[in-house]
Amino acid sequence: MPDVNSDLMTPISTTPLVEISGLCKWYGKFSALFDINLNVSRGEKVVVCGPSGSGKSTMIRCINQLEEHQAGRILVDGKEVKPGMKNIEDVRRDIGMVFQSFNLFPHMTVVDNLTIGPIRNKGISKSDATETAMHFLERVHISEQATKYPPQLSGGQQQRVAIARALCLKPKIMLFDEPTSALDPETIAGVLDVMIELADGGMTMICVTHEMGFARKVADRVVFMDHGEIVEIADPKSFFNNPQTDRSQLFLSQLLGH
Amino acid sequence: MEIASDYMPWPRESMSEESSNTVSKSSLRDPDRRQRPHDKFDPVRSIKTVGQIGWAILTLAVAGWLIWRGAMAMEYNWQWYRVEPFFYRVVDGEFIWGPLYKGLIVTLQLASISGVLAIIIGFITAFARLSQSRAGGLIATVYLEAIRNTPLIVQLFLFYFVLAPILGIDRFWAGILCLAFFEGSFASEIIRGGIQGVDHGQFEAGDAIGLTPWNKYFYIIIPQSMPLILPPLTGLLISLIKHSAIVSVIAVAELTTTGLNLISDTFMAFEIWFIIAGIYLALTITLSVCVGQLEKKMSIQKR
Ligand SMILES: Nc1ncnc2c1ncn2[C@@H]1O[C@H](COP(=O)(O)OP(=O)(O)O)[C@@H](O)[C@H]1O
Ligand SMILES: [Mg+2]
Repeated sequence: MPDVNSDLMTPISTTPLVEISGLCKWYGKFSALFDINLNVSRGEKVVVCGPSGSGKSTMIRCINQLEEHQAGRILVDGKEVKPGMKNIEDVRRDIGMVFQSFNLFPHMTVVDNLTIGPIRNKGISKSDATETAMHFLERVHISEQATKYPPQLSGGQQQRVAIARALCLKPKIMLFDEPTSALDPETIAGVLDVMIELADGGMTMICVTHEMGFARKVADRVVFMDHGEIVEIADPKSFFNNPQTDRSQLFLSQLLGH
Repeated sequence: MEIASDYMPWPRESMSEESSNTVSKSSLRDPDRRQRPHDKFDPVRSIKTVGQIGWAILTLAVAGWLIWRGAMAMEYNWQWYRVEPFFYRVVDGEFIWGPLYKGLIVTLQLASISGVLAIIIGFITAFARLSQSRAGGLIATVYLEAIRNTPLIVQLFLFYFVLAPILGIDRFWAGILCLAFFEGSFASEIIRGGIQGVDHGQFEAGDAIGLTPWNKYFYIIIPQSMPLILPPLTGLLISLIKHSAIVSVIAVAELTTTGLNLISDTFMAFEIWFIIAGIYLALTITLSVCVGQLEKKMSIQKR
């Protein structure tokens, strides 16, 4: 039985796992991202926040090329990720992604959702893949739902399955795009707990989220974005207690005051 | 309203007791009282339904009577008793299939082979149009426009008189290819629509877990597009069965050709055309019932 911590722990080394420099992205003439520079070290947890439409999703989706950028460089584990590249699948297998709307495959059981990647991508046998899947379902506290179909689960359960699906590929980094924004309030905590456990296990994480409690607890750095630019990077304590820019102050006051 | 009170799932008193914005406690406590009552027999609606069925029967009866009268007026000699041997005969205790049966088999062969080919062509064309490839998209567009903007019978003549001699194929295969390419153009639009109807998040999730495009479509996208593709595709296969009659003009020995030949031998035009139409009807209805069952099964599996 694989031990999750040893699976996911990578030794902290000096070269960043993700290096983004001068990243620009346009939708037609609209500049969605401009001159983004961000390095994420191994084992580091980065929380990205900012107003709606500020480019948070676009930025993390460029890392696994769900969106293609037009300028700048993205390196993942030293390898450049660029539009139209061959074998983009190999890069994506090292990057787990969790979406706001879960995007589980509704026509497959939970366990099939988890095993399809390992079986089809890596040629792992069905029994080995199932064993790994059950292991990660236990990690996200949902192993009893293995034979159900995703639409039969609550939102929080589906999101935990989605996290387990990403983990089954043994990724080097996990990207979260507002994983709790579509959830009913009572199911948010379960998902955040799983994310905290994952962080404690040493996983490198970039999380787009407005859950301040989570950010304070696990984030090494908070990245604040606005209008497609990174406006401020700080450790969570100083960011939340003492935001440096007008825009981050305004954002935080709106977040707290609703 | 009197009728409304009939349908109240719980007694009236328990409603009126409660103030307007609190839930009736008794109905919460006792689930039995919340059961939906049986639908009441509604005499007015039943009479209306019976009346409509009556009208339909009457209309059909009048149409049938007019045909019969017309046939009488031309002193048509109905010979239904001669029809059975067209299907099969027993000669000296030996069973022999008749021409209509053989024609039916050829029609089934035509429809099934060209149906399978049409679906394959449909998938290829749909993916050519969905892909980034300029060449693929252009070829697919030219094919679709050419098929849709020329008459089917002209396409058939092209396949039979031009392509068949070039490719060295017989009239049967010329007919099959013509039907396959004709229906394939419509199949491709159905398939493309079904694929585009799948939630965008499913494509992204497939990409995000590193599936190759082939695996993504085969395991994730196409299974989910099936409920969108199957109903219109059934319609297409039904029209394929009907369109297969056109290959009678290049004398492929299918059902319609057989009918034409029988009539020129026996002059039993009325009986034979009724039978031919009935056979086509039976084929298409069978097909839609089968696919209906399949769809039901699929939607149950999904839940
Ligand atoms: N596919 C698209 N086409 C055009 N504009 C887009 C597209 N996706 C996102 N945008 C625009 O890019 C900006 C950033 O979007 P996004 O990264 O989703 O913001 P966030 O995740 O911070 O809310 C928004 O203004 C959005 O309208
Ligand atoms: Mg977003």
